[in-house]
Amino acid sequence: MSAAPTPVPSSTSRPASASAASGAMPKGKARRPRGRLGEHLLRVYTWLILLWLVAPIISMIVFSFNDTHSKQNNNWQGFTLTWWKRIGAIPDLTTALENSLTIALLSTLIATVLGTMIGMAIGKHAFRGKGAVNLLLFANIAAPEVVLGASLLSLFITLGIPRGYLTILIAHAMFNIAYVAVVVSTRLASYDLSLEEAARDLGAGPFATFRLVTLPIIFPGVMSGALLAFSLSIDEYIMTQFNAGGTLTFPLWVFGATRVGVPPQVNVMATIIFMGGVLLAVLGATIGRGRRTRRPADDTAGAPA
Amino acid sequence: MSAEPAATVAPAPGATGPRRGRRGARWRSPFTPYLLALPGGLWLAIFFVVPMLVMLSVSLQTGNVVDGFVQTFHFAVYPDAIRQYSDQFIRSFAYGGICTVLCVVLAYPMAYWIAFHGGRRRSTYLFLVLLPFFVSFVIRTVSWKFLLADDGVLLGNLKDIGLLPDDFRVLATSTAVIGGLTYNSFPFMLLPIYVALERMDPKLLEAADDLYAGRAAVFGRVVLPLSMPGVFAGVLLTFVPATSDYVNASILGGTSDTMIGNIIQTTFLTNADYPLASAISFILMVILLVGIFIYARVLGTRDVFEMGTR
Repeated sequence: MSAAPTPVPSSTSRPASASAASGAMPKGKARRPRGRLGEHLLRVYTWLILLWLVAPIISMIVFSFNDTHSKQNNNWQGFTLTWWKRIGAIPDLTTALENSLTIALLSTLIATVLGTMIGMAIGKHAFRGKGAVNLLLFANIAAPEVVLGASLLSLFITLGIPRGYLTILIAHAMFNIAYVAVVVSTRLASYDLSLEEAARDLGAGPFATFRLVTLPIIFPGVMSGALLAFSLSIDEYIMTQFNAGGTLTFPLWVFGATRVGVPPQVNVMATIIFMGGVLLAVLGATIGRGRRTRRPADDTAGAPA
Repeated sequence: MSAEPAATVAPAPGATGPRRGRRGARWRSPFTPYLLALPGGLWLAIFFVVPMLVMLSVSLQTGNVVDGFVQTFHFAVYPDAIRQYSDQFIRSFAYGGICTVLCVVLAYPMAYWIAFHGGRRRSTYLFLVLLPFFVSFVIRTVSWKFLLADDGVLLGNLKDIGLLPDDFRVLATSTAVIGGLTYNSFPFMLLPIYVALERMDPKLLEAADDLYAGRAAVFGRVVLPLSMPGVFAGVLLTFVPATSDYVNASILGGTSDTMIGNIIQTTFLTNADYPLASAISFILMVILLVGIFIYARVLGTRDVFEMGTR
């Protein structure tokens, strides 16, 4: 790749805004507009990468409308809405999708509660063993999925526990706890403990303080942790495959189908999940933006140079 | 990752008021953090730590599925596993390494542009980078399989107009596997680099400029060093999943692109040779974790964790 980053700090927009914010006029030195060409090349480059990133998504959506008759849905045959109307025509696939959604929901619930508690412990408290907890979370996130899946399967085999819905749920909650904990604790890093002190001084008990002070502050962190957990769970393939037994989730079903041909209903379902996710994210961001006070830098960093 | 212990908040002596005596005792009990961490910690202990130990024990058993397995402390399985699957081990680390390097090279310029020239629309660009996460990992990979199919939308048409020879193929080659791995890892590399760049104080760049640093010097001596934590975090988030992945290799690769994850998967689930599969998993994990811990020791775990906020 020859696209070396052009070494141009945007001396036009950012420093100007920084000095504007601090009230000081930039020094008299004229700032030459430099690196215009490099900047344009990088802009084009960025859009090419974005195209690469969305290409399979576009293809997935487009082929949900493909009037295909062959087993492999990879050549355009014309437009049809058949697959959207017959979305539930493959009972196994529908069951797999339902499994995915309920497992994602339940594991998110478990992981959000347990993970938030760990996150509060390590984010707000100093205690002996905190290092060990951090290490546990780090190792859990860093460990390769295939090893997590294989080791959990070893446990279930050794204990003679049959694999199925429940073991998938256990696995999903297991890998989600650490993510939620990390997100919540990062959120708490800038948490002002004197707010709790104030609540206490005003006579609030521990639960009132939690409900009225702590929770509203960490709530965005908890929500983003929960959203992350949900999307990780609905997406999970490797650990699920190891611990699924005969139960199928949506990704497992699709993977199994790749050899014989993926029916267009898969595209339809994936498109719906995609749209739902995007909608939720956009909604969340809009609500978040309304609440959060904007940093001055965001307002002034302004127009691209 | 609060660096400051809870105790640093010392209220002014007069501010505590008379109620403290009543509630204070139970308020910040020394057990609170333990009680908070206990349920989740137990879950992780039972379903993450214990399984690792069980897997270690299983790897030292001998037997078969029908007659059962016996603990024999058969350590020879480890050298055997390495000897038998050295090709796949080496290939996995090579693919993982190439994918990681590609990700750095591809993601850095883009992260740079978004951070310094993205302006108001920075979060929009980031959102676009994250779009693939709204589609299941398996579906994305299958989608690439369709796009790259020998007679598919891309290659089929290029062959029809004679731009490509008829026997040209991408699927079932190492290119397809590395491409798939790179595609799936890319956002994990871009985000931490972006975070590191975006957090940079513009005054530093201004200072360098005022001190007559040329563009190359500003980049090489200010921007690049300050963004290294992001690059290292990205390497970590990319290398481990890419090296141990088997989904890309099974969907996009051919029989000569088998990675170590494929071996673990078939040995465990198809051949039911639990000891061998456990041994391979264990070797993979030890290599990766030792690497990670050296890495984290040198650079600190902070940056990896800070990823979580984005």
